[in-house]
Amino acid sequence: MTLWTLLKRDLATLLPGGRGGGSLLPVLFFLAVAMLYPFAVGPNPTLLAASGGGVLWVGALLAAILPLERLLAADVERGMFDQWALRGLSEELVVAVRLLAHWLSFGPFLLLAALPASALVGIDGETLRIVELGLLAGTPGLAAIGVIIASVTVGLKSGGAALSGLLMVPLAVPLLIFGAGSLSTGGEGGLALTAAISLVLVAIAPFAGGAAIRAAREG
Amino acid sequence: MEPRLTATDLACRRGERLLFARLSLELSSGQALQVAGPNGMGKSSLIRLLAGLLRPFAGSVERSGQLALVDERPALDEHQPLGAALAFWGALDKGAAPLERLGLATLIDVPVRYLSTGQRKRAALARLIGQDAPIWLLDEPLNGLDTHGVALVEALVGEHCVGGGMAVIASHQPFTLPGLQRLDLADYAA
Repeated sequence: MTLWTLLKRDLATLLPGGRGGGSLLPVLFFLAVAMLYPFAVGPNPTLLAASGGGVLWVGALLAAILPLERLLAADVERGMFDQWALRGLSEELVVAVRLLAHWLSFGPFLLLAALPASALVGIDGETLRIVELGLLAGTPGLAAIGVIIASVTVGLKSGGAALSGLLMVPLAVPLLIFGAGSLSTGGEGGLALTAAISLVLVAIAPFAGGAAIRAAREG
Repeated sequence: MEPRLTATDLACRRGERLLFARLSLELSSGQALQVAGPNGMGKSSLIRLLAGLLRPFAGSVERSGQLALVDERPALDEHQPLGAALAFWGALDKGAAPLERLGLATLIDVPVRYLSTGQRKRAALARLIGQDAPIWLLDEPLNGLDTHGVALVEALVGEHCVGGGMAVIASHQPFTLPGLQRLDLADYAA
């Protein structure tokens, strides 16, 4: 019941059209990358089909950076985390719920947007299948990295957004290597490794995030 | 279980400064304590130490009973209407906030970001009462309130203590309450 109350509030804030400024911007950004790519490299179908899947992965990674700035900082500033702590709700629990809400607010929409995006970059059905499976396995990991970074940058007064983006890129490299790598091998191996990395990140994120928020309180 | 709040030999350090040391206090059911002292003496830090949100530099705090806190941040969603923002805490605490008495009944459709300082303070007090916790920790509860609001807070704290609760009030303003104990932080300055 408590979890549902927390999740409901998080979704109301984070989902596109949510009152907290959640929006479709990450998805539109993702589509914009897919739309720009053919203009940039030219209308060569072989080149596009060979590289389109990788571009979708880069687009997904960049889109996952956009919602980070207000993911946790607003609640710390408003004293919400202090109030939760007094009620015995641990930071880990709140961050775990936030991770789920964060993924729900961009993951499924990204999977949907990958359909028109695949047409824009001209990849075939089989490649699209691997991209979709890869994103399904990889976006929870991207969300987890995002939550960890948002919790570490909670105390920053300004420049948090740019720094979040900068921190996200190197941490997401393993996901990108195996996720996009599964396209060239066409194999299950890459997808399995992507899912494994995602799982580890999702398992770590609540504890790393909770510890970071508690540390910020002492500052 | 009887609510109880005990602090033993507390010392608080913020950065390189030792704010206060050797502070002990004990509160039991029905008692209220005002922590007074000029700005920067560590009133808010003491409240956060008692709440367990800061770790003491030395000494220890023991609490039995649920804690409730009001500080300068109302902990309400700025973009939500007041009614919905309070309903979120209502769902967690399962208590009812006395909107009518706090003069908030006509404001439930107004987004929190449009509320004045005094209205936010009243909203935070509504959240506090809805939590139905025996130990109240109030950090400058009178800030931004008009004279009517001040009297209201004094009455609410009084009723809370008569009902078996207890309260620690950090405030530099005079707080009128029968049987109110006083602790001057300047006496414990390090």
